[in-house]
Amino acid sequence: MVADSLVAVTIRSLVLIIVLLTVFAYLMLFERKFLGWFHLRLGPNRTGPWGLAQPIADGVKMIFKEDIIPRDADRFIFKLAPVISLFVAFAAFAVIPVGPPLKIGNWTVPLSIADPNAGVLVLLAFTSLGVYGIALGGWASQSKYSLLGALRSTAQMISYELTMGMSLVGVILLAGSLRLSDIVTAQESLWFIVRQPVGFILFFISVVAEVNRVPFDLPEAETELVAGYHTEYSGMRFAMFAIAEYVNMITVSSLVTLLYLGGWRGPAFLPPVVWFLLKVSFFVFLFIWMRATLPRLRYDRLMAFGWKVMLPVAFLNLVATAAWVAFR
Amino acid sequence: MSVALIVSGALAIGGALGVILARAPVHSVIALIVNFLGLAGVYLSLQAEFLAVAQVIVYAGAVMILFLFVIALLTVKREPMERLTARTAGRLPLNLLAAFAMAFLVVLAIVRSDPGGSVAVPSNFGTVRAMGETLLVTHVFPFEIAALVLLVAVVGVVVLVGRRPEKGRE
Repeated sequence: MVADSLVAVTIRSLVLIIVLLTVFAYLMLFERKFLGWFHLRLGPNRTGPWGLAQPIADGVKMIFKEDIIPRDADRFIFKLAPVISLFVAFAAFAVIPVGPPLKIGNWTVPLSIADPNAGVLVLLAFTSLGVYGIALGGWASQSKYSLLGALRSTAQMISYELTMGMSLVGVILLAGSLRLSDIVTAQESLWFIVRQPVGFILFFISVVAEVNRVPFDLPEAETELVAGYHTEYSGMRFAMFAIAEYVNMITVSSLVTLLYLGGWRGPAFLPPVVWFLLKVSFFVFLFIWMRATLPRLRYDRLMAFGWKVMLPVAFLNLVATAAWVAFR
Repeated sequence: MSVALIVSGALAIGGALGVILARAPVHSVIALIVNFLGLAGVYLSLQAEFLAVAQVIVYAGAVMILFLFVIALLTVKREPMERLTARTAGRLPLNLLAAFAMAFLVVLAIVRSDPGGSVAVPSNFGTVRAMGETLLVTHVFPFEIAALVLLVAVVGVVVLVGRRPEKGRE
């Protein structure tokens, strides 16, 4: 890790950002296609063959749209908020290893930007900063809908972050390390989803709430709040919030894969990176599937569920795991 | 001194200045977050990895979002700045005295501290494992006491502001 030169890290970061942006663009297309099929519609199919040029058309449209800032908005914070969201989303992905180090001739290329000792904690730190983009954006807009959306979102993310952290500790106890590559190595014989089934369910539910997706998309409940925290945003600033949401979705899918599904491990007939991508794609598809299937929760039920069901179960799971590890 | 230390130190000082110089309270909150992130950078450059991450999660993440909540809700409407009234102006000499006393103490501490040259740190210094052993093995009793104090505070909050079912309205 020390031998990593600044140039190598910069190149890997640039590659990661370009890949994530491309994946985001086509993820949008696939989400709309899948939603179309779930609804027995065709989905986007006018721009290019099979609608494949749709992301490019969307991008061009977003760039050329008028950038509207509300009269009463706090201009500085209004502009800052989407940048925070986007930055945090990309930064969080930096600690995610997508495969074992790649050997090309004499070079060893690690397949992550960094693999810090406290990997999981670094990721949690970044997700806890992600709230600011939403909270500040909603506040700075000086609009009732935005403010309410931002407040809801903040409360929801803080509440479910607790459960997320608690269920994570089970995995950390079993693996004996916070480094993500060590956690993957620890699952060599058995995936943690088998040893931590309760933890897996809790973790998955809380990450869905964490990225504000259906059925926990209260912050942008369009029936009551127009679009929640990003109501007043348009053009590229709106796109930045959208990119952040989808990149976060990919990040948490990768995290679930690394923590509970053995990361890049799988039968040898496919390279490790392909296994990793397949598992992540499954979870991303699950997000879209849930969006097409599930209704939205009522806000008070969501909070009650988080504090009165999820958190106590997470505590019990943690204590049970700790006892098992201690008396094994 | 490494570049990382200088940059994050400057960030921390800049954030601290921003807290007192910003005109809008919400800008002060953002400056304080910048300050905490700078501090985390300082810890990181001193190889206290766990402390840096904990700083971000606990202070920059959890504590400041509560600050933001309160301040954002209190200042939804733009209000004119508070002026230096006669009442606050009368306290100026006392405030200056307190500030100088504080500065004197800080300078004294710096002057009297022993830099002691650079000491080689053990290779596992500041890692999660080393921190965990210090907190939960060596100092487990003070650690538990601190946890108990926090628990008392939480119970106190619930008792003070928690909603009680009103009698006769069931």
